[in-house]
Parts: sequence; structure tokens; C-alpha cells
Amino acid sequence: MTTDTKIEHSSSLGTYVLIWALLIIGTIATVVAAHIDLGPFNAAVALAIASTKALLVALFFMHIKGAHERLLKLVVVTTIFFLIILMALSMADYGTRYWS
Amino acid sequence: MSDSQITVATSVHEEVRNPALLHHFATEQQQRDASSLGMWIFLGTEVMFFGGLFCAYLIYRLWYFGDFAAAAQTLNSWLGMTNTIVLICSSLTVVFAVYAAQHGKRTMLLASLALTLLFGLAFLGIKGMEYREKFENHHVPGASFSFVKTVPGHPDEMANPRHAEIYFALYFIMTGLHALHMIVGIGIFIWLLTMAWKGRLTPEYNTPMEIGGLYWHFVDIIWIYLFPLLYLIDLHK
Repeated sequence: MTTDTKIEHSSSLGTYVLIWALLIIGTIATVVAAHIDLGPFNAAVALAIASTKALLVALFFMHIKGAHERLLKLVVVTTIFFLIILMALSMADYGTRYWS
Repeated sequence: MSDSQITVATSVHEEVRNPALLHHFATEQQQRDASSLGMWIFLGTEVMFFGGLFCAYLIYRLWYFGDFAAAAQTLNSWLGMTNTIVLICSSLTVVFAVYAAQHGKRTMLLASLALTLLFGLAFLGIKGMEYREKFENHHVPGASFSFVKTVPGHPDEMANPRHAEIYFALYFIMTGLHALHMIVGIGIFIWLLTMAWKGRLTPEYNTPMEIGGLYWHFVDIIWIYLFPLLYLIDLHK
């Protein structure tokens, strides 16, 4: 455990502004990408940009990066794991029903 | 946790105890970790809650893609983008507020909290304008629902209004539930603002600010996914 208990996981204000700028750029990029025909990859690109933005918010704004509590990271990983089970198993069923 | 630390904590227990430290915690750090762990577990349940809706959305979108694209293109993607930017700015003011509380900067804390509230209300205002347009165009699922539009990329094929209605039902449930979370968030931030005004958020004890901030960022992340999924389907066609 750290001895500096007061400000143990707060980044500098400059980092926050940089992440904010990246999030704004990501938002503009996702709108621009939606207007370009990428064939079947439009949805994949949109989800990839959204996931990158979500990751930036979670790591830097929600202070997952630099969190010393391992239990907290376990909760996050478990959540994502169960979300993937929900999505993957549902899509494995509904997504393949009309294959024949 | 090491034994020496517990010994230290109990030995200083009576004399230099932080009044905010509850008696069943050994250290301030432990108390903070317990609070944020609890919040993250709650957010985990929220992810599964919204996850079910996202899953339903993905299934119907896969099945009725053309109809979903036609329905999505009646939305104003510029308003959606503006709202995304408003929420990202509010997340920045929230991290500023957490930083200000941790460093005991009162003016910065009050200003950041007030700005967050302003951004939150702006988001709801724009959302309200969009909802109003849906009512005017009869795009609200129910008895008066009507939808006449061709499938994007197929000028001779009309979109199925039943399938478009499913899109709008999911649109209202998902954005409505998100807006409800925003309203709750605004309530939490009004409470944080009064606490900050009374000087009760200090570098020694600012857990409510940190936890409230986690909630706000989570609601922001939900919108980060809702925006491209609901507003940006096949815009190039």
C-alpha cells in the first residue's frame, strides 16, 4: 500500500485535457467514418472507436490505471467477461438461425 | 494488508483519528477502497442491465438491418454528436471536480460541479428536443405510429413499419433509461454541490465526490455506445 494516501491515484490536469481532446477527436472520427462506405466494416469501425473511447474514460477518468486495489480490477474484468458471454452466446443462437 | 499496518492504525486510533474514518475500518485507505469497490460492483450490475438491452438491439438490428437503417436515418446525427460532445465535456469537469476535492481547491470544485450540472441539463434539453420531434413525426411506438420510408440503398423497397417500430421502441427504452440515469446523476451532483458548499468535501474525506464521479463517467460510457449504434447506421447510403 502507498503511504501517500491523499492523492494516490489522481493524474495531472494536463492528462485529463489530453484524454478529453482524444475523446472529442474520436467522436468526430466516428461520425466521419459513418459517412464513408466501408462495406461490412462500418459497424466494426464504429464499435472499435466507441470501445477505445470507453477504455480511455475507464482508464484515465475512472482511474482504473494506477488503481492499487487488485480486487477492483477483478470486478471490471469479471463484468466484461460476463457481458461477452451474454452477447456471444445470444448471437451464436439468434445470429445463425437463418443460415441454411 | 500487513500486520504492522494494523498495529500502527490501532495504536494511533484514539489520538489522531480522522473523524470521517468509521470505526470498523483500520485505515482511511481501506475505507476508501471499500467504497470504490462497492461502487464498481454496482456499476458491474448496471453493465449487465444495459447489456441485456444492447443484446436485444443487436439481435433485431441483425435481423431487420435495412429497416433499422431507415429508422435510424430519421434521427438528427448532428444533435446526437452535440450531445456526445456535451457529455464528454461534462466528464472532464467531473475529473476536475474530483481533483479539486482531493487538493482542497474550493473555487475550482464549486465551479466544476456547477459546470457539470449545466452540461447535464444541456444534454437533457437537447434530448427533449429530439423526443419532441419524434412525437410530431408519429415515430413514437403505439397506436399513432406511422413510418413511410424506403430502405437506404434500395430506392424501390419500402421499410417495414413493424420493424421500424421495434427500432423506435428500443430507441426510447435505451435513451430513456440513459436519460433517467442522467436525471439521477444531476440529483447526485446537486447533493455534491451542497456538500462542497458546506465545505464537507476535503482532501481528507472526498469519497462521495469520487463515487459520484464514477457514476457520471459510467453514464457517459453508455452514451458513447448508444450514439454510434442508434444514430449512425449506414449514413453513407
